[in-house]
Amino acid sequence: MTAAESTLEAGEGASGLRTAVRIRGLSKHFGSGDQRVQALAGIDLDLYAGQMSLIVGPSGCGKTTLLSVIAGILNADEGEASIFGQDVVKMSDRAKTRFRADRIGFVFQQYNLLPALTAAENASIPLVIAGWRKAPAVQKAAEVLAAVGMGKKLWSLPSQLSGGQMQRVAIARALVHDPHLLVCDEPTAALDHDTGITVMELLREKVVRPDRAVVVVTHDNRVFHFGDRIAHMDDGRVVEIEERNGRSAL
Amino acid sequence: MSWIALKMLVGDRAKFFGIVIGLTFAAALITQQGSIFCGLMLRTCAQVTDVTGADLWVMEPSVRFIDDAKPMLESNLQRVRGVKGVKWAVPLYKGNGRAKLTFAPDAMKEKTFPPDRLARDREREQAKQSAAPSNVFTKVLDLVVPDVDSAPTPPARWYSPGLVNVIEQVILLGVDDASMVGAPPGGPMLGAEPRGRMWVGSLEDLRRPESIVVDRVGLRKLFPGCHLDEPFTDPPESDEAYLERLRRFIASTPEIEMNDHRAIIVGVCEATRTFTSNPVVYTLYSRAKQFIPMERKMLTYILAKTADDENGAKAPAAVVADRIQKQTGLGALTSEAFMYRTIKYYLIYTGIPINFGITVFLGFLVGTAIAGQTFYNFTIENIRQFGSLKAMGASNSRIVGMILLQAAVVGTLGYGIGVGLSTLFGFKTLDRWGNPTELAYFTPWQLLPTTAVAIVFICVLASLISVQRVIRLEPAIVFRS
Ligand SMILES: Nc1ncnc2c1ncn2[C@@H]1O[C@H](COP(=O)(O)OP(=O)(O)O)[C@@H](O)[C@H]1O
Ligand SMILES: [Mg+2]
Repeated sequence: MTAAESTLEAGEGASGLRTAVRIRGLSKHFGSGDQRVQALAGIDLDLYAGQMSLIVGPSGCGKTTLLSVIAGILNADEGEASIFGQDVVKMSDRAKTRFRADRIGFVFQQYNLLPALTAAENASIPLVIAGWRKAPAVQKAAEVLAAVGMGKKLWSLPSQLSGGQMQRVAIARALVHDPHLLVCDEPTAALDHDTGITVMELLREKVVRPDRAVVVVTHDNRVFHFGDRIAHMDDGRVVEIEERNGRSAL
Repeated sequence: MSWIALKMLVGDRAKFFGIVIGLTFAAALITQQGSIFCGLMLRTCAQVTDVTGADLWVMEPSVRFIDDAKPMLESNLQRVRGVKGVKWAVPLYKGNGRAKLTFAPDAMKEKTFPPDRLARDREREQAKQSAAPSNVFTKVLDLVVPDVDSAPTPPARWYSPGLVNVIEQVILLGVDDASMVGAPPGGPMLGAEPRGRMWVGSLEDLRRPESIVVDRVGLRKLFPGCHLDEPFTDPPESDEAYLERLRRFIASTPEIEMNDHRAIIVGVCEATRTFTSNPVVYTLYSRAKQFIPMERKMLTYILAKTADDENGAKAPAAVVADRIQKQTGLGALTSEAFMYRTIKYYLIYTGIPINFGITVFLGFLVGTAIAGQTFYNFTIENIRQFGSLKAMGASNSRIVGMILLQAAVVGTLGYGIGVGLSTLFGFKTLDRWGNPTELAYFTPWQLLPTTAVAIVFICVLASLISVQRVIRLEPAIVFRS
């Protein structure tokens, strides 16, 4: 089954939006014996394309674990986690690697830029992984950087950028290969309030598209109002799903 | 991806240089110690390689190395000449002589003086040489042993120029009276072609009564204080001026007593330094026999040349050597085989290889430790970067490729710089005419691939440890802060 077919097969949600992430009975534990931690204890959750979904909750409740499973970088114990129709829980490691390269854009709390590469080179990495040659990849990355307001800093090294600027570069990197799903873990946690708001606005304005879902994990309640759909978690479970209609939550 | 790997590698200058320096150190130490070892081993057979013209050495069957001289009856010469495939065969005497130096230093000095232009430097140089040695080690010693005056370090010279009637052991070589096979090539060392290895005088001078030719370095040792020092460097002395000093000395007809026989030095030649670094004295075979107490057996070696076959082709020397051995019962070896037999003797019966082996091995270990450790640390410190590449969909094989490329780059750099440095060092040990000096240094080509293998081993080891860390790496770490 090709990626395109699976996208078509993905069902429509109740709200008329296409389901991007469908999670059923997902569980995951770490450690064993006395050390055993049930990080995810049977999660059921639907997230839709064209929306910005927030996963919120207290520290240690399993948000990052859930996001890691969705993004295909962590194996779950059981359950289903389908991303546009492809169940990452059943995928082989090799298929997951391909899936991440093709489908997922990552935004990290610590930016995770390579310090030796310029902004444009950093943003081009997903294209390079996809097999692009350096020059066209950097060219494309420069366009995306310009779109997120970093057109003047293309050739700066991460050490020459502020936190907000680094997060913009990271967002450009997450977007450059046009993924279907963007996963962002605490993208504002390392930033001050105003910068955090700008980054969220950027995600909201430039990144959310009808065929793309954005999932943001955060425990920063100052940015909750950006979410279209907010899943509250506690102790490895989704305890409440909050729908916000329209984007005028401000 | 490879450009990303390279940028990552050189991105952190300090770490990058750390790894390269570690590998450079390993490569330099291995080639340098290896070269000194090979140089020393070559020195053991210097007198085999110094003989040109002959391709066969015939000897008493139990001879194990060149200095293991065991004389034969002279009639053996005829027997060897009778073997089919031998073009000619000549005698070579090799033994130790005792040179007694009877010169009065002041009288000799009067006869031999350096050009005036260099008088100042000569005095300075001599003051330096007759004074107690002063270098890093003596300076450290001075610190550790404060009362150094009461126990002065002996002068650097072998013996003081003021001493007379010194006896010195020399290597005495008697070459065939007619052909002079075994003597150094006849032409001048410097200047007109064809070049040979004679500094002053010519081989023909050996035909004069009581004459001998001494090697340049040995001569300096036999006649301290007679202005035979190496060319001055400050200000630089021209080759011509240096030659003039040697010429004047020979013009003064210096003589020694060789085992109580008068011997006049008529020429100076260049001889490859030997392991024991005794002076080398060349004379005619018949005269060598006069110098040495008469024995029933005097013939040490027979040098022979293989003849062309009936059909004009050259018979392989090894075949003829075999034939000589079968027909005469003597030991017969090609020059090369004799060289290796000598080296083999030193390898097996002296501790030299073990000691050098330990040094080389230590260099290898230290290099492995430094380079391996820094490279591994480099990977570990970049583990988060590799993790995010993995998260973004870079497969394990591509990341392994990145690490191997990084290892290959630092390995190549370290190897190149290391071998380059030790080669430079090797050149620095040569004198201005390209002859080896006190330090034996010879880099056979086999040493270069050997070093390369060692460096590749270090790099592979370091990158394998790094690689397995990165392969086992869970990409999920990227979300942990
Ligand atoms: N690799 C791991 N090994 C052991 N325990 C882990 C690991 N990752 C997460 N946990 C545990 O799982 C729980 C959920 O963690 P996490 O998903 O990071 O929470 P959150 O992101 O909501 O703060 C925590 O109790 C944490 O200690
Ligand atoms: Mg978290």
